[in-house]
Amino acid sequence: MLSVEGLSVRFTDRFGAAMAVEDVSLSVERGEIHGLVGESGAGKSTIGAAIMGLLPAAGQVAAGRMTLGETDLRTLSPVAAHRLRGKRISMIFQDPQTSLNPLMTVEAQLIETILAHEEMTVEAARRRAIDLLEEIGIANAPARIRAYPHQFSGGMRQRVVIALALCSNPELIIADEPTTALDVAVQAQVLDLIRRLAKTRGVGFILITHDIGVIAQVSDRVTVLRDGRVMEQGPTPRVLGQPDHPYTKALMAAVPPLDRRLERFRLPRVPGEKMAQVEADKAREAEDWLMEETGSGPALDLSGITVRFRGERRGLFGPREDFTALDDVSLSVRAGTVMGLVGESGSGKSTLAKVIAALVQPAAGEMRLDGVALPPMRARRRADPSRRLVQMVFQDPYSSLNSRHRVLDVLSEPLWLYGLEPDAGRRDRLAHAMLALVGLPVAAADRYPHQFSGGQRQRIAVARALLSRPGLLLCDEPTSALDVSIQAQILNLLKDMQARFGLTTLFISHNLAVVRQMSDDIAVLKDGRLVETGRSEAFFAAPDATYSRDLLAQTPCTGQQF
Amino acid sequence: MVAYTAKRLIQSVFVMVAVAFLAFSLFAFVGDPVAQMTGVETSPEDRARLREELGLNDPVVVQFTRFTGDLLRGDFGYSFRTREPIGEMILSRLPATLELGTVALLISLVVGIPAGIYTALRPRGAISQSMLIGTLIGVSIPTFVIGILLIFLFGVKLGWLPTYGRGGTVEIGWWRSSLFTAQGWRSLILPAVTLGLFQLTLTMRLVRAQMMEVMRTDHIRFAIARGVPWRSIRYRHALSNTMIPVITIIGLQFGGVIAFSIVTESVFQWPGMGLLFLESIRFVDIPVMSVYLVVIAFFFVLINLAVDLLYVAIDPRLRVRESA
Repeated sequence: MLSVEGLSVRFTDRFGAAMAVEDVSLSVERGEIHGLVGESGAGKSTIGAAIMGLLPAAGQVAAGRMTLGETDLRTLSPVAAHRLRGKRISMIFQDPQTSLNPLMTVEAQLIETILAHEEMTVEAARRRAIDLLEEIGIANAPARIRAYPHQFSGGMRQRVVIALALCSNPELIIADEPTTALDVAVQAQVLDLIRRLAKTRGVGFILITHDIGVIAQVSDRVTVLRDGRVMEQGPTPRVLGQPDHPYTKALMAAVPPLDRRLERFRLPRVPGEKMAQVEADKAREAEDWLMEETGSGPALDLSGITVRFRGERRGLFGPREDFTALDDVSLSVRAGTVMGLVGESGSGKSTLAKVIAALVQPAAGEMRLDGVALPPMRARRRADPSRRLVQMVFQDPYSSLNSRHRVLDVLSEPLWLYGLEPDAGRRDRLAHAMLALVGLPVAAADRYPHQFSGGQRQRIAVARALLSRPGLLLCDEPTSALDVSIQAQILNLLKDMQARFGLTTLFISHNLAVVRQMSDDIAVLKDGRLVETGRSEAFFAAPDATYSRDLLAQTPCTGQQF
Repeated sequence: MVAYTAKRLIQSVFVMVAVAFLAFSLFAFVGDPVAQMTGVETSPEDRARLREELGLNDPVVVQFTRFTGDLLRGDFGYSFRTREPIGEMILSRLPATLELGTVALLISLVVGIPAGIYTALRPRGAISQSMLIGTLIGVSIPTFVIGILLIFLFGVKLGWLPTYGRGGTVEIGWWRSSLFTAQGWRSLILPAVTLGLFQLTLTMRLVRAQMMEVMRTDHIRFAIARGVPWRSIRYRHALSNTMIPVITIIGLQFGGVIAFSIVTESVFQWPGMGLLFLESIRFVDIPVMSVYLVVIAFFFVLINLAVDLLYVAIDPRLRVRESA
């Protein structure tokens, strides 16, 4: 059906031209799911955009043939290309939060799309839209169709997006990271839906992802990409079962395994490739400085933590509908160990971290750090010693650093803020040494955060946290926005730092495989309640609660089934 | 929705009380009203009697309450300068300013929004570039210079339009309007263009920047990817999302147009509130100044309230939260 041969895409900017995709060939049959997998910068999305005819202005197809059925996609006029979009090829984007127009009802968006491609009455279009929503698994579709996008949860919203892509009966759908923004349980449902649609409706899918687990779950064929070139291509069971290319092997080995614990996360590197080395001598000063504080981090005890968020009033004098985000959570993190905190999105994981960091006021409960009471948000003074002792690494490395500060200013801030180093020269030296310690070039100090990639920024965030000489590190999904190899680098860094400086760590993630690698103990949250807690190895061997077992079963993993 | 409106209303009341207090302090503490009203020949006894009669010896709280009460009853007091009731003075000047401001705002919207959309959709076109440069010049020249240039060109050189005053008015009740005769429009057009020009450039640049940003968002890219007609993408999907922040600015602008029409009114000798305010300043007519302050603040509050309610009408995320 779709056939791409020898596709090359060139990007031109004022520094010259670069090839984003080189000589890629692939084909998709009716009802087939073709996975494109690779790290960021592999050119996966560029291939999708080239097929859609939606390359950004700087990019152009330099060579190759693309045909859909009998239609040559390269020679279409802009008008014909736009008519083809939706009618024959459609697309699903990564983030369901942003891919729907917030000001129009789902009904209006669906009907508009159907009528754009087919001659029919509004009433017939509405009936088809309702049928489609029902098929896609939205309960009470005739009523829900009148809702606005923000009235759906993340998973439901992605279903609406799929319905929109599907409503004009296209032959091919390009799904660009359709589940990356969703948590495991919802991800499994959405992937099931995609597989069902391919089978029942005969729609061909191109599934773009960096998660090889997703590929293993649903795709029929897979193309492994790196730096815009095809590394390996073939039926999924063959490619993941007996990979030929060393890069495929490396990529698979880099996925953290759920069934055992490794000492270090593996990087997807082909044997023989060189790795950036930490400049040990330059990092020495920061290391010694961190070591001055002897012993391990403090033990953290939480008892009966309850958080309620104020709801909206119903009417002018109606009662408020409060939302209980955390309900009587009691938890102990042993000194110098890593506690993994898992649960679906909305389970209250991040809220708990924010309570500890004094960013959210709990309604009830007590916190103790090494037996000393830790005051909650409103009672915690600016000068409280715990402000320095408790540090946080946030999920989004793009918004957690001040974009107007140089990296040097970002890093030296904790040193003067907490009065750790009175001497300005020494502060600068420490900031430089800390950059070396987290594996960044020392010259990075004079640049601004936006000049770094996501992974590098997360390293800066870790460095900043370490420079306040913390005892307790709160890591809130530190790598869920990053792909495998960068995730491996950051997690290895965190692991090293934790082991060397004995930090007590609360590690929040929805990825159980990652948590298994990182943590000594584990706690499972569901709807604000603690479901289970215990030693990590015992938990993964035999979880107690049914919910934990479900959670484990839903985690996609690499090719073990082949 | 009801709660939202009630909340906004209560906030507005607080703003008005604060402004009323400012106006009151202007009246009560800037200079001595008795000294303003009397001459050198008034005896100290008469002054004391006047002071007692006017209630100036009462505690500040009592005076302020009386001041607010009078305002609420529509009793704005008398002008020092003309001895006329201020209420009537303002009321006779208000239509002129409101009409001038509304027409200026309409000009800025009717030209500014389409121009903003055009320059956003064709950011590199020659017409877009020249429009952007043109508006940059428009922003850089002060309002009074523009007014004088327009007078020179259309009034003096070409002789097409009158250069000052407000002709051809029709009275509808107390409202003296210039919108119903050709003569009225002829004298309105120059001051309205002068006043609206600055707002126009602002609206255009704002719409352009906002629209360009919206065109880059995921939901527009998704609409393109599913082949929604371009006309709908631009004018239904993108424009509505563009207008949310733009409405706030336009609302504030309208308040500004009314409050700061002073310069334009004085250039064109337009008999509006701005001109009245200028005359009052010249004669240190404090009661008129303080009432002017209250009236302008009232318009600001009213417009902001309307903008807030408009927001709710446009953005379903604010409207239907309770049922979510």
